[in-house]
Amino acid sequence: MEHIRTPKVENVRLLDRSSGQRKASVGTLYLSATHAIFVENNPETRKETWVLHSMVSSVERPPTTSSGGQLILRCKDFQIFQIFIPQERDCLDVHASLARLSRPEKYSELYCLSFNPNVNKEEREESWNFIDLAADYKRMGVPNNLWVATAANSEYRVCDTYPSELFVPKSATPAIIVGSSRFRSRGRFPALSYFHQDTLAAVCRCSQPLSGFSGRCQEDEMMLQALMKSNPGSDYIYVVDTRPKLNAMANRAAGKGYENEDHYTNIKLQFIGIENIHVMRSSQQKIVDVGEMRSPSVTDFLWGLENSGWLKHIKAILDAGVFVARAVADEGVSVLVHCSDGWDRTAQACSVASILLDPYYRTIRGLMVLIQRDWVSFGHKFSHRYAHLDRDPKEVSPVIDQFLECVWQLSEQFPCAFEFNERFLIAIHAHVYSCQYGTFLGNSQKERRDMRLHERTHSVWPQLWKDRGKYTNPLYKAEQSQSQGVLRPNTSPYCFKMWKGLYNHAEKSTPPRQSPADFLSAVREESQQLEEELTNHQERIAELTGKPITWEKIEVPRRRTSCLPQRHSGPDPPTLYREPIASLAQDSSHTLSSAPANQKTHTKEPALSLPLGPHGQLKSHDPDDLSTCSDLESGVADLSSRSSSGGDVGKDPDLE
Amino acid sequence: MEFAEHIKTANVEDVVLRQPLQPPSRGTLCITGHHLLFSDREESDSRQVLLLLRNIDAIEKSVENLTGYSGFFSNASHSERMSGSSGTITMKCKDLRVLQLDIPGMEQCLNIAHSIETLSCLDCVSAMYPFFYRPVDLSLPEQWGLSSPEMHYSQMKELYEKWRLSTVNRDYSVCPSYPPAVIVPKSIDDDTLKKAAKFRQGGRFPVLCYYHKKNGMVIMRSSQPLLGANRKRCKEDELLLQAVIEGSDKGYIIDTRSMQQAQQARMTGGGFESKSFYDRWKRFHRQMERGKALQESLIKLVEACGDESNNMDRWLSKLENSKWLSHVQNALSTAGLLVECVERDGHSVLVHGSEGTDCSLLISTLAQLIMDPCCRTMEGFLGLLEREWIQARHPFQQRCAHSAYSHARLQQESPVFLLLLDCVWQLWRQFPLALGFSEALLLRLATEVYASDYGTFLCNSDQERCALEVKERTHCLFRALLRPTERDYYSNPLYERTELAIWPSVHPQSLQLWKGYFLRWTQQVRHLEEAQEEIRNMVIEWGKLARS
Repeated sequence: MEHIRTPKVENVRLLDRSSGQRKASVGTLYLSATHAIFVENNPETRKETWVLHSMVSSVERPPTTSSGGQLILRCKDFQIFQIFIPQERDCLDVHASLARLSRPEKYSELYCLSFNPNVNKEEREESWNFIDLAADYKRMGVPNNLWVATAANSEYRVCDTYPSELFVPKSATPAIIVGSSRFRSRGRFPALSYFHQDTLAAVCRCSQPLSGFSGRCQEDEMMLQALMKSNPGSDYIYVVDTRPKLNAMANRAAGKGYENEDHYTNIKLQFIGIENIHVMRSSQQKIVDVGEMRSPSVTDFLWGLENSGWLKHIKAILDAGVFVARAVADEGVSVLVHCSDGWDRTAQACSVASILLDPYYRTIRGLMVLIQRDWVSFGHKFSHRYAHLDRDPKEVSPVIDQFLECVWQLSEQFPCAFEFNERFLIAIHAHVYSCQYGTFLGNSQKERRDMRLHERTHSVWPQLWKDRGKYTNPLYKAEQSQSQGVLRPNTSPYCFKMWKGLYNHAEKSTPPRQSPADFLSAVREESQQLEEELTNHQERIAELTGKPITWEKIEVPRRRTSCLPQRHSGPDPPTLYREPIASLAQDSSHTLSSAPANQKTHTKEPALSLPLGPHGQLKSHDPDDLSTCSDLESGVADLSSRSSSGGDVGKDPDLE
Repeated sequence: MEFAEHIKTANVEDVVLRQPLQPPSRGTLCITGHHLLFSDREESDSRQVLLLLRNIDAIEKSVENLTGYSGFFSNASHSERMSGSSGTITMKCKDLRVLQLDIPGMEQCLNIAHSIETLSCLDCVSAMYPFFYRPVDLSLPEQWGLSSPEMHYSQMKELYEKWRLSTVNRDYSVCPSYPPAVIVPKSIDDDTLKKAAKFRQGGRFPVLCYYHKKNGMVIMRSSQPLLGANRKRCKEDELLLQAVIEGSDKGYIIDTRSMQQAQQARMTGGGFESKSFYDRWKRFHRQMERGKALQESLIKLVEACGDESNNMDRWLSKLENSKWLSHVQNALSTAGLLVECVERDGHSVLVHGSEGTDCSLLISTLAQLIMDPCCRTMEGFLGLLEREWIQARHPFQQRCAHSAYSHARLQQESPVFLLLLDCVWQLWRQFPLALGFSEALLLRLATEVYASDYGTFLCNSDQERCALEVKERTHCLFRALLRPTERDYYSNPLYERTELAIWPSVHPQSLQLWKGYFLRWTQQVRHLEEAQEEIRNMVIEWGKLARS
């Protein structure tokens, strides 16, 4: 609390720019140890906006104007809040506090270590067992006569960024493992990521070899030989170096590099060309800027998209995954994937390949397992990449963002193949950055153990599982063709588009568009209920008459029932259609505020701040419109509570 | 039949057909006056492909002679000689499909290619297939089309007080491109109309095209006024427009040209309504691309979609360079402006460009879809197309003679109607529950407009259609689409009527490439179609349950 100089400021105006809000709401700003909380003055709504300190990526203070000071909060989930504070001193205080609070220096400052949901110790321990990696290996048929568990890394003796439980080829002795690890950057020796039962080929991962220009290592060569032998169906393996070849060659000068095909027998080396974390960081900044453009022309937008290079990078990662999946599924050849340290691009390529190869990872629980395995357990540096602490900004990079986006791009291409929807991916994204749960804290299993996170924090997975209702894709059917077998995506450039849901909050919320997915979820739910009812009735009739009755299915017209949520959107402010016409200027300024977008984010507009608010305006035009409109709000408000969850992740009444 | 002279080889055996999304198949090719018929050899699972020759936009042929001349002198059997030389014909269709035929025998190949080239672009309308199409289950209709201006007027009781149906154009003498009956203000007599027509290009004087029931405001359509360099004026035209806004303080004119273009038009006898003579009308200029520029945009886009370099930067820059999405944005936002004037601001609007037969129709159609729930049902939409595009005359014959692949020199081609369908698709995507029809209908229309069994899109005007007896001798597409089986297929399972205006977002991120059309023949689109199918099934299943 020592960083908070002014815990409460009144008469503050807040503008949630990312949700398309165009008129600031007046209220009080509170600073707590973990959140900035804004409470509207409007007695009817008292709408609260909670922003977790650790979600804030930057606090800007534009020059003071006559009406007071101003702060711009940019969040890691790409929300933007603009705060107007009447007194300049307050503004300075809040700025200083937020600037410090949003840059925690020690783990102990993080929210997950103070976050205490209402669960007992047993439940918490249980929560950490929710995802069981051993069970997943078992599901894919490991251990078996080809792959065995190794104790080499118990107590993290061989590689401190690897998990203690690993699977290696049966013929890889501890001596080979240790020898190979000495020849690999940070000791990350080749280990099993995914085993494909259909072809007995495997996806393995490691870091780059310390080969320099001519170095070699007998154990490492034996290790790769062992990988090859563990797949009886093939007499070679692919070594996929996910870096651009030039980068890999440059690494040789530093005593690292890539496998020399002359030294290793029976390997085929393949470069994929995914750029490094620095390139990705600046590329993401550019695509975020594109998302923030106010009313760009199509040309500006497409030019910005091209210039950011973002989709090109996403395509490269997906291409890497496709290469690995094809080798394993179609050619039956095992693949060893690495980049430099084997925790960024390698994690991306391996996990995308798993998604493509195995339908299980396209389910809600399966994706959790996959992220737990290839990212959390294999030592992806979450705390460095997602700036959990105030450390070297050059370590920050949107690596898992890109993986999640690859999954999203796939789900756009195969609408029926994934059990989860976009919200699930966005929720995971927010949790990776927010540190409300301990799952993504730290950089390796060892760090997490040393911090005793299992005792001091909670796991995010059971929480997400509990909410799976809202993360379910209604079009998913396990028995459908798209949901089965290997996914073979088209990676032509035209298959990629900007992920609006993540990068463009503003546009997402302008019109509360009609969502077929939400509608179908409701339909599905109701169908199930009806089906149950029907069975019940049939049973009762059977009881009464003493003989079973079969229902004749008849084609009938659809019926609408009242229990379905309202699905239609109200009018959308057409501010883009024209410059304000002189005589309409008055009118169009109302259109700005009367947008239903506002009605969406703010279930009820505060009457005080909008004396000529939307209702009056609409009424004067058309009473019919109004009645439908107010009807709509209920359905629409429902949506907003979900979509705005990003900034409110930390919202918890027990906190104070 | 007179087509026989163009067909030297009518049948070829042992032809290999390669088409998208299917394995190549071997069979017999047959060419008739209007069709290319391919039938598979497989006994068990025989497939037939029937392609309207009219659908073929461009062909490329290549022949090779493997055996040289030796074959001619030897006593080799017929079949051996055929295998000696062969040819390949690549057919690029107006529905963007690309088919390839491998034909044994160079001469046969050249004959077939020649027949396709000639028969696919016959100019004579009355020799086109719709005049020969006689399906067994369909007799020629008593009434052609869904409605007529007379019927439309008689159903709109709200109009009776201030508007009348004028038959001043009954013999097409006042305006050759208008239907015989049009709706005009009641206070304006036919003589005034005749004089006003002389002041408008092609005689297209302002007529009513939409009446907004909520507030009684209207959308009018016309061509540009013929001011010329001397700034002529026409009292009758002014009177006519004055009568439109009787009882209101003003009206808006949306000119689909830029201010500069409109001013330049004066040099060639055209122009715009000047403030001094039409003082209660306020003008907006919105430059909309038309004609050649639009056709070139389509060609570039189709070329970009076929690019196989697999390079993201290249794709994005080609997509940008085609400008197609800019045209979509422009059309939707101009339509949005029109709706804003009528629905929000509560004033009547006159829309015109120069001829009033392309962009004016485009934005008035879109505006009606956005505003009026009646136009969003399947009948409503087809009726709207009939009124705005068939009766009010879009010159389909000229605009849709060729599509994106043709090498022929561009004349009057312009994909305005395709742009409309794309815009409607954007609406459907943004409001998946508000339209009563599905993407499949838009795709069907996009195909039919270029090559059809039906007479609906033949000719350039009502007058031409009458002269050729199109209404008596061909079937009407819109009526066919409304038959129960077809209707089921093209309806939107998620449709639920909403009375609200569906304001489209015109933000570039909300606009998307219409993959269903432009990438129609790729595997990717199949997955999306499966999803649509799944939605349909779910809703049907739900309907059954809800009923029982």
